[in-house]
Amino acid sequence: MPIGFAHKPGLVVYLTAGDPSLEGTQAIALAAIDAGADVIELGVPFSDPLADGPIIQRASERALARGTRLRDVLALAGQIRAARSEAGLVLFTYLNPILRYGLSRFVEDAVAAGADGVLVTDIIVEEAGEYLQEMERVGLAPIFLAAPTSPDERLQAIAAHSRGFVYAISRVGITGTQRSMTADARALVERIRRWTGPVGKGLPVVVGFGISNAEHVAQVAEFADAAVIGSAIVELIERVSSAEGPEAAPGAVERFIQGLRLKEAAPAR
Amino acid sequence: MASIILPANPSESRAGRFGVYGGRYVPETLMAALVELEREYEAAKADAAFQAELNALLADYAGRPTPLYFAKRLTEALGGGKIYLKREDLLHTGAHKINNALGQGLLARRMGKKRVIAETGAGQHGVATATVCALLGLECVVYMGDVDMERQDLNVKRMRLLGAEVRGVSSGSKTLKDAISEAMRDWVTNVRTTYYLLGSALGAHPYPTMVRDFHRCISREIKAQILKKEGKLPDAVVACVGGGSNAIGAFYEFIPERGVRLIGVEAGGRGAALGEHAARFRGGAPGVLQGTYSYVLQDDDGQIALTHSVSAGLDYASIGPEHAALHDSGRAEYVAQDDTAALDAVVKLARSEGILPALESAHAVAEALRIAPAMGAHEILVVNLSGRGDKDMGILARELKL
Repeated sequence: MPIGFAHKPGLVVYLTAGDPSLEGTQAIALAAIDAGADVIELGVPFSDPLADGPIIQRASERALARGTRLRDVLALAGQIRAARSEAGLVLFTYLNPILRYGLSRFVEDAVAAGADGVLVTDIIVEEAGEYLQEMERVGLAPIFLAAPTSPDERLQAIAAHSRGFVYAISRVGITGTQRSMTADARALVERIRRWTGPVGKGLPVVVGFGISNAEHVAQVAEFADAAVIGSAIVELIERVSSAEGPEAAPGAVERFIQGLRLKEAAPAR
Repeated sequence: MASIILPANPSESRAGRFGVYGGRYVPETLMAALVELEREYEAAKADAAFQAELNALLADYAGRPTPLYFAKRLTEALGGGKIYLKREDLLHTGAHKINNALGQGLLARRMGKKRVIAETGAGQHGVATATVCALLGLECVVYMGDVDMERQDLNVKRMRLLGAEVRGVSSGSKTLKDAISEAMRDWVTNVRTTYYLLGSALGAHPYPTMVRDFHRCISREIKAQILKKEGKLPDAVVACVGGGSNAIGAFYEFIPERGVRLIGVEAGGRGAALGEHAARFRGGAPGVLQGTYSYVLQDDDGQIALTHSVSAGLDYASIGPEHAALHDSGRAEYVAQDDTAALDAVVKLARSEGILPALESAHAVAEALRIAPAMGAHEILVVNLSGRGDKDMGILARELKL
């Protein structure tokens, strides 16, 4: 299944694999797809997630404390793919677990599990030579991050090497929730579009980091192909699992995602 | 053995590579800042006025050159090679860390950054950074693991007195590794206004190169001093290795001198099992942590291992990438000394020479105690005494029942 954004506005849902449990993440992912998520980003928990804020740090700690390993995340991807063919599936990870697993073995196992793409938070295009070769060999989409601080020549290289979509970081900072969108995101997406081609025809551009509610999603939909919801959902899972038990999380996530598309686009601030 | 991810165009991307190690493995948000830092550092290096200001501060403010002291009584007690101590412990703020803090502090000011952040393990780099920020009128925030704040409490209070804000880090192992992660999160968030004054020869390019350059004066001085005193180069140079800044500074000018053994001493902690030590070359494997490719203590799944050392400054899961290259090429040797040997070395040096070394530096002293007796009386051993032990009095009082 190639990565695509059939819904308007497009939605990418990030989940930390193994939180509240591997079975729990599977049920939540299926509920998210049924609620209309276009792409699931499956986060591989890492001991030292330096690009992540406290919400995803805590989720990673819980997942690791339960013994979640990279091979478990790959198996989970396979189960999600077996149950649902219509959504894109992206593995979201730090580099070191891949190095330890072995790059060639990782890309082969990822594609066998039915993943469509991989996003490595701490790989930049200049250091990605062998990674890109391996990804291309098996037909996986490498997705790179683009930042408001990236100059145009870096955005050009990021667009040239990305497949599936380009992930534009909405603001300078780490992952987490925020009250309102900054002007950084729109300006960044407009700059990236110069290298990805026209809206609807070129490589899609999605916006993530800090997208927390329907109003943010509506704002992002004005200028990007999709919004990534990460920390807001991970926090919801944390809250519901602790208050009502982990079995309540899939339903809560499904309702939350349905609610994200209800708002009409409000004028950007 | 883990596979390495090589640059897209190796011929153009070699800056910041030491053999296969080093590089830049960071979130994209930091890339523009790292490129700017590299450019500004190169410009400062070529700027005679910048170098003159730095050299004047190193001489008049920090106290360079530091003495190379012949430890006569210790040498006689061991009955082997002649032991010299490079007295970085006599520098202002009590350790070699001030060399790099002054260099990068001037660079921050040159770049127009008003806010400086730093990480610290033992607190020596934090104190050096807080000192330089006070000197240059810059805002200073230091990240420090909760465990380290407790065991190096004196340095926490010194930083606060100097006007720095010390922020405790309660994630992970609550030590240096977690302080670096938190400092990097701050930098990612405030990259437009903030200078990250990294204190070890670690992290993404240009940090390992820049930090080494600011500590090169150590080996440059040793070379001139030993030639003057002995008329020949030393047979061995010994230094402790946490991230590796004092060691790379003490080794660098001797790398082309093949007759000089270079010996790095890691923290053997309290046992050989993963989690009980910080000896990266004994239990680690190549991997990526906090921006650089080097040896990393990690489990079979690539999760970073916990570490232990009685000395906060050596208690870190990875090591500077230039040391990884020196290790693989065989140019430098790396050994480990455990907590007990380090504590024993503190006592021996204090009572034979009246010098109280930092617990970090005591690991290098412990290695000297081990190898000196087997050396000939004409052979020379230089120990880089990277810091003084006043900061460790709480730990020493408890461990040694003083």
